[in-house]
Amino acid sequence: MTIATDSKLNARIPDGPIDQKWTRCKDQLKLVAPNNKRKFHVIVVGTGLAGAAAAASLAEQGYTVTVVTIHDSPRRAHSIAAQGGINASKNYQNDGDSVHRLFTDTVKGGDFRAREANVYRLAEVSGNIIDQCVAQGVPFAREYGGMLANRTFGGALVSRTFYCRGQTGQQLLIGAYSALMRQAASGRAKIYARREMLDLVMVDGVARGIVCRNLVTGAYETYAGHAVLLCTGGYGNVFYLSTNAKGCNVTASWRCHKRGAYFANPCYTQIHPTCIPVHGDYQSKLTLMSESLRNDGRVWVPKNKGDSRRPEQIPDEERDYYLERRYPTYGNMVPRDVASRAAKERCDAGFGVGDTQMAVYLDFSRAIQEQGRAAIEGKYGNLFDMYEKITGENGYVTPMMIYPAVHYTMGGLWVDYHLESTIPGLFVLGEANFSDHGANRLGASALMQGLADGYFVAPYTVGNHLASRSLKPVTDAHPSFTEALASAKARTDRILAVNGTTTVNELHRRLGQIMWNKCGMGRNAAGLSSAIKEIGALRDEFWSSVRVLGSGEAFNQNLEHAGRLADFLEFGELLVRDALHREESCGGHFREEHQTEEGEAKRNDKDFCYAGAWESKGEDVAQSVLHKEPLEFKDVPLVQRSYK
Amino acid sequence: MTHKSLNLTLRVWRQPNADAPGAFRTYKLGGISPDMSFLEMLDVLNDQLIKDGEEPIAFDHDCREGICGTCGVMINGQPHGPLPATTTCQLHMRHFHDGDEIVIEPWRARAFPIIRDLSVDRSAFDRIIQAGGYVSVSTGQAPDGNCLPIPKVQQESALDAAVCIGCGACVAACKNASAALFTSAKVSHMAQLPQGQAERRQRVLAMVGQHDEEGFGWCTNTYECEAACPASISVTHIARMNREHVKATFAGQK
Repeated sequence: MTIATDSKLNARIPDGPIDQKWTRCKDQLKLVAPNNKRKFHVIVVGTGLAGAAAAASLAEQGYTVTVVTIHDSPRRAHSIAAQGGINASKNYQNDGDSVHRLFTDTVKGGDFRAREANVYRLAEVSGNIIDQCVAQGVPFAREYGGMLANRTFGGALVSRTFYCRGQTGQQLLIGAYSALMRQAASGRAKIYARREMLDLVMVDGVARGIVCRNLVTGAYETYAGHAVLLCTGGYGNVFYLSTNAKGCNVTASWRCHKRGAYFANPCYTQIHPTCIPVHGDYQSKLTLMSESLRNDGRVWVPKNKGDSRRPEQIPDEERDYYLERRYPTYGNMVPRDVASRAAKERCDAGFGVGDTQMAVYLDFSRAIQEQGRAAIEGKYGNLFDMYEKITGENGYVTPMMIYPAVHYTMGGLWVDYHLESTIPGLFVLGEANFSDHGANRLGASALMQGLADGYFVAPYTVGNHLASRSLKPVTDAHPSFTEALASAKARTDRILAVNGTTTVNELHRRLGQIMWNKCGMGRNAAGLSSAIKEIGALRDEFWSSVRVLGSGEAFNQNLEHAGRLADFLEFGELLVRDALHREESCGGHFREEHQTEEGEAKRNDKDFCYAGAWESKGEDVAQSVLHKEPLEFKDVPLVQRSYK
Repeated sequence: MTHKSLNLTLRVWRQPNADAPGAFRTYKLGGISPDMSFLEMLDVLNDQLIKDGEEPIAFDHDCREGICGTCGVMINGQPHGPLPATTTCQLHMRHFHDGDEIVIEPWRARAFPIIRDLSVDRSAFDRIIQAGGYVSVSTGQAPDGNCLPIPKVQQESALDAAVCIGCGACVAACKNASAALFTSAKVSHMAQLPQGQAERRQRVLAMVGQHDEEGFGWCTNTYECEAACPASISVTHIARMNREHVKATFAGQK
């Protein structure tokens, strides 16, 4: 591993007290004249909350916007699957919430590995997001008097989460999508659906365009512009089994990384505690049950190993409500990383339940007794329905079985305070960047971040880039476009030429097993070192034995999957190398060598209080160079987290 | 959990592209676990086809948890298969029997041209939304969220419409290939909320106009759409849309 000694990372954090940084930054940003805006062309890749919100907002301001998405419609992006809610420090419940408290909870929840200034800004604009969504017609839950309702989420002692039953992500995305459709109708935004970004085009060191493959015809297309916004989500599918949609991938981010964008903290992956357990080798994905269920559901395992009675038949005194036992203050509402590790600890110790013994119970019997079944149905009805469809069990009668699963990735392309990557003109928004969640994301914060970046941050900072840099006119006839197109096409052709015997699914599943077993909830040096070798061997196997039929000049979903897997096979190694170098436990990154006597994560602030940003040095991931951005905690003092 | 396995005969629509003719092909598939989802069963078939040197079956899917609206095929003549209020990805093989023959086809409608095999082009839905399925409010213009009290009952009723996932099952189920249920869900969502009032009349006229222009047929109240809808959208939204349309027409709003 090489560590850069002369790192030029500049996070561009404004001076001044934390509550004035964003105001100062905005006041100093250069503006584009209204009549010049339409001459500037912004390319937005991805149409989840961050992408749709940014594209709509920039088009509203008057910029010419091109939007590409791998989906058949912008409305399908995986933000749509977020269930529980979105945080905002409105203090509508009069329970003492404030911008500062949301900021503090988020920094602490992230286990002190996020950038303070970004997190403060996130909390600062959180209220505006709710207002904007309400104005768009998002039907947030209301009280009988007509006022907005809230629920509680993990890692907080106030009630600040806004929600639409168990479909909050869907409603927020439909809101942003509607705003984008309005701009499409006006002609200021042009949408190109079923396109996959395969490379970034740089001219004079600035991001000026992209290369896409039209997924229907197989044709390669190039788009030129003055800025590129990458809003392409997270990389959880490197684990094969995750709660991500099947199409989620790292390809766009990885291509930008290869072109010079640093990749920060890839080892920070979030394992969500409440998912439906794995039940077969053929399984293609895991399904999340919203964290909001922990408001009323109690997590337990039998006190006696191998207790084979039905859960309803086990009396209360023979149940171990281990979260309530270990964390009396937060109880079942501890942050996700803590809840996940506690479930693993019980199962590893032999107390797991179900066929595989790799599950714990989530029990609603007390809540149903106290509040009535109708109240529970009203809050979580669709989640109980989904559980029954997948497992064939009725969660109102029998406790649900849950187990942790890969859910969200806090790492991503490194960005400064402007959300600009190390490539000028390349902005990275939402889950695709690394900036706001540190080593663990609190529930209901992903929607907040995606929309904050898209509605309220990038629309300002992108303008500054356009106004302050001299960007000469470039068309896609420029040689940089020709070169990027040829290299994207060559990669795809190379996959088709292998013509081996192993399917893409088989190889992807094996990559997932390596990642989950050696770099999942618990990690250690020996396991990580062997994972690096195994991933390398699997990568070689991919290039010698993958079988992709059909042609590149047609709709070929297997070819799309193969291209994404090829990138995961490189990226997975970087993730593991990052996990190996970080000799501490923090948030979602748990190194077994570094834990307290009670088995809690033990940070090493002396040596690792930094964001680790990796610079690509060509084909070999092992040659990547680490740049450190030191993290300073002035407003939330560094402490060991405690949820007891 | 069940441990038996199913042996199935699948008749699947194969069509290389929009212009080429299509036909059913028959595949035998054994060892299917009842705990598999329908799409996982297709994954198994596709891996088998690849090994046998035949190109896999194209089908759209993404979230596999019933919310993105990407998946959807006709299963034995029913959109999304036999279960009510269930997307194809949430249908599990425990609802089939050993020895079953299953016929799998794409959505069939003039406004949804076939791309390949089971995958169709539903971009007509985006254009219906573009015609008016939004509130014209730009980022930064919003007042405080509690400025506009919305009674819980009204909010819940708007949300009942807003949960449409845009999968197209309603069109596939309808003998007229009408998208009235899809269009009405958005019209009804907006018409029930104070935020939707300013553009209420032009919205319904423009969206219905675009619906017709896309080549969808019109509603003749057979309710097949409601029966097929995985998001349980009720036909009462179509009734509301019709009322809105009549009112807007007589009000002379363009």
